[in-house]
Amino acid sequence: MAYFLQQLINGLTLGSIYGLIAIGYTMVYGIIGMINFAHGEIYMIGAFISIIAFLVLGLAGITYVPLALAIVLLITMFFTSIYGWAVERIAYRPLRGSFRLAPLISAIGMSIFLQNYVQIFQGARVKPMPPLVQGGFTIFESGGFAVRLSYLQLLIILLTLVLMIGFTTLIAATPLGRAQRACEQDMRMAALLGVDVDRVISLTFVMGAALAAVAGLMVTLYYGVVDFFIGFLAGVKAFTAAVLGGIGSLPGAMLGGILIGLIEAFWSGYLSVEYKDVSVFVVLILVLVFCPTGLLGRPEVEKV
Amino acid sequence: MTAASGLVSGQVARPPALWAPLLKDAVLAALVAVLLALPLVGLQTYDIGGGALGIRTHFDWVALAGATVFGGRLALRVVDRLYRSREQPGSMVLARLAIWGSRQILPITLVGIGFAVALPFLPFSSRYLIDLGTTVLIYVMLGWGLNVVVGLAGLLDLGYVAFYAVGAYTFGLLAQDLGFTFWEALPFSGLVAASFGIILGFPVLRLRGDYLAIVTLGFGEIIRIVLLNWAPVTGGPNGIGEIPRPSFFGLPFARSAPEGVSTFHQFFGLEFSPDHRVIFLYFVILAMALVTNLFTLRIRKLPIGRAWEALREDEVACRALGINPTTVKLSAFAIGAMFGGFAGCFFATRQGFISPESFTFIESATILAIVVLGGMGSQLGVVLAAILLVSLPEFGRAFAEFRMLIFGAAMVGVMVWRPRGLIAHREPTLRLGPQRATR
Repeated sequence: MAYFLQQLINGLTLGSIYGLIAIGYTMVYGIIGMINFAHGEIYMIGAFISIIAFLVLGLAGITYVPLALAIVLLITMFFTSIYGWAVERIAYRPLRGSFRLAPLISAIGMSIFLQNYVQIFQGARVKPMPPLVQGGFTIFESGGFAVRLSYLQLLIILLTLVLMIGFTTLIAATPLGRAQRACEQDMRMAALLGVDVDRVISLTFVMGAALAAVAGLMVTLYYGVVDFFIGFLAGVKAFTAAVLGGIGSLPGAMLGGILIGLIEAFWSGYLSVEYKDVSVFVVLILVLVFCPTGLLGRPEVEKV
Repeated sequence: MTAASGLVSGQVARPPALWAPLLKDAVLAALVAVLLALPLVGLQTYDIGGGALGIRTHFDWVALAGATVFGGRLALRVVDRLYRSREQPGSMVLARLAIWGSRQILPITLVGIGFAVALPFLPFSSRYLIDLGTTVLIYVMLGWGLNVVVGLAGLLDLGYVAFYAVGAYTFGLLAQDLGFTFWEALPFSGLVAASFGIILGFPVLRLRGDYLAIVTLGFGEIIRIVLLNWAPVTGGPNGIGEIPRPSFFGLPFARSAPEGVSTFHQFFGLEFSPDHRVIFLYFVILAMALVTNLFTLRIRKLPIGRAWEALREDEVACRALGINPTTVKLSAFAIGAMFGGFAGCFFATRQGFISPESFTFIESATILAIVVLGGMGSQLGVVLAAILLVSLPEFGRAFAEFRMLIFGAAMVGVMVWRPRGLIAHREPTLRLGPQRATR
């Protein structure tokens, strides 16, 4: 029971991170109908920028942890958003109206490019990060096994919750959110009614990248190591989360993220650690084959 | 933006400002480049020992990035403005080259094949060069195999390396456990890889193009992880070693042979040389690649090949015409997988050792990059892209380091500027009557 609860907490933490990345996939897919394959790399870049920002702050002498965290959060979100914006501007915008696989191939090219870019300029070695937020609660103990919720896990889950609430409000109650929903329903009609579609799409990428940056920061803190290759697997997992929740649906992305986090935690807790990545791929294939609309998605009508 | 500014200046009857908007645009682009480069290029992390990181600054590189983007963007926009109504010179040259190439396809092919056959016997050729040529040909064969799936059938396969791995491990296991030789194992490698293609393809080929891509990626990773962890059978991370080398119709390439078997050099009365085997391997893969190409060229003219291309262009129309998309896609998938398996078998015998490390996603991405850069569906383009990809690292360490960076950027560039590939000029395989009459 205690072991189960511990895995639940670990899974929720992991799931929050996946959920934040998954939102980027699902929003982009909702609006322009493409899989932003480079999104995992954006998350990886977020993780790198956060580690660099921590180092710079350390050199500048800011050591009060909450302040450092807040500053790093803002810096990481800012610079990563520019990456998100630039990727859309360079690799996807010129391809509107090209043949169907063009954006996906371009995205794969972008993904390879970003991975090697970071590898060349930051080195291929794993980057360690000393733990910043330590300690935690012991929820209860049974049979010598203590169920622990660390402050960091609490921080990750709470921050995700806050971001989700803020984000849902943004989509539901602001002019930008309205424009996004309009573009999602019918891009051409929205353009006719005076919505600047290019701007909305750009901002969607910026928002997705900002959330991925938060996820990158969290992973840096949580695992304490970052390398240039983490984007690939995290990207696939987050994409699986988006598909599982129903691609195009925001609550679906969050739900899917948490489910994937739980599946991964329980799989490695009870079955085998070696095959934990296989579990995610199997879920992806099963969902796509048997239930391609996901849990909360709308069925897609194929148009000629 | 240019159209809008032209409109405004037209209304006030003023000659359009030529340089100001261009400069502004270039400055903005440079600013973005500086912001992008600042954290990741300008601040470089490095180990200072004891598990801690230090930071080196490289603001000169950031400035360089800004200046490069400024100049590049300006040049691009100037060219754009000068040639707004006409086609741009660069792409025009490439298009001409492509059209010329497609007209002269037979001579080019013959010269190419002639050169490939003669390569080992040319005066400047060396063992190193032949080895390089063998690597190029492996990628050419993989590219041609993947081209069946991506170029002809229009299915994006991101896990092609899985079939390559299946082919290699089929041979590895058959040799290890049952003592198969290369030639005995070759058909099985293709067969097993094709079966894997069918097993994977059957449930997932109903999916839309981009979902299919992700699922194939997942499949490729599953195969790799299983190979890595199923240690009792596959040897895990240590892989399989001592895979037998191929023989020349039963004549082994060795200095001395066991009793009753004569070696290649003894049989032909030659001086023993380790180069014989290298040259032989080169010719084996050359023949395999050419068979792949011939097969593809022929099958394009058969109903099944036509169905692949039709399906790529319009799936709904194909269904309306009574083509069963699933079977047609499945056949393309299986045939592509089969060639991947053959190539894998050859890879195993050439290396003599295989491990899961050779079959990562990067390898899939590399093969896909070759196909995309060569122009999807173009056989000649694949050869050129493979030569480029394999020989880039030979020009120096910088090229080796930047190889995948360049290829990633090139994939984006090709999609943006020439989505049909760098020098591809794809004629429809079939034309209706009247057009033929006018020729």
